[in-house]
Amino acid sequence: MPCDQLTDTLPGVADGSVTLDRAGRAHVEACLRCQAELVRYRRLLRSLHGLRGEWVAAPGLLTEILAALDGVDPDEREARTGRRTAYLSGIAAATAAGAAGAIVFATRVRHRRPLAG
Amino acid sequence: MPADIDELVALSTEGDRAAFDELVRRTYHDTYTLALRLLGHEEDARDVTQEAYLRAYRGLPKFRGDAQFSTWLYRITANCASTHLGRRARNRHEVLDDEAPVADLHPDGDPAGRADQAALRAELTDALRRLPPKLRAVVVLRDIYDLPHESIAAELGISESAAKVRLHRARRKLREDLFPLPGDPTAVEGVEAPGRAHAV
Ligand SMILES: [Zn+2]
Repeated sequence: MPCDQLTDTLPGVADGSVTLDRAGRAHVEACLRCQAELVRYRRLLRSLHGLRGEWVAAPGLLTEILAALDGVDPDEREARTGRRTAYLSGIAAATAAGAAGAIVFATRVRHRRPLAG
Repeated sequence: MPADIDELVALSTEGDRAAFDELVRRTYHDTYTLALRLLGHEEDARDVTQEAYLRAYRGLPKFRGDAQFSTWLYRITANCASTHLGRRARNRHEVLDDEAPVADLHPDGDPAGRADQAALRAELTDALRRLPPKLRAVVVLRDIYDLPHESIAAELGISESAAKVRLHRARRKLREDLFPLPGDPTAVEGVEAPGRAHAV
């Protein structure tokens, strides 16, 4: 069996989601090249998993999200569970939705900058 | 305000807006980072993050708590990002095809000799950005955020088998990008070179 028959399989073998048949296993056990490839894939998977704990800062985003949430009509949300929504009049809700809608719109038309790199 | 996320979710589900605001405060960096990894563009990621919280807030009464809140939010974010990418491709005539060539840019040194995991992660972040969006979405959701294939397929609107094919293709492209070998991507024979081939 040539190595290239396993090219599409090794990315799945690396995390155990794909199981090799007997011929494939025999090949990998005897082939340093495929073993090295598996090592590279496992290193890749460990690094990918390591990215989970990294966060990217987004200045001002929290304020934008909370302002947008102010525009959600409670009636629309509560309707799903049928709870009472008497604490906000329809007019007040519509006004809030309009104001927040403007904020959302302003957010979406900001100049777009591609990421560096 | 309770310290526990589950308690905040429960209060939010009952309509407690302050509790939901606190949930947003605690999770928005994570959600934004996922959106940025899926979209590769800061402004788009901000828009999608905002959209995801609006959808989560509206949909929270339906959240049953059988999944973790974070997983539920990842799924919403993935779905919003997928819709956003589709729209963006239509508007900008971008290539979304998963066979799109990966930009061959290797700005710095030899990763084979680099022991530093942090440096590798930085290169990996760049390599992810170079992946075609369809491949990137699957590998980000599966290999970074641990979403099952079933969820990924559902949120991206593809079959589970397509999700698996894309995942393996994405891993292969990342491997080729980070640890290039002579003759990639069609190498059959050959040994690993001591250094990496510098790109154009
Ligand atoms: Zn082999």
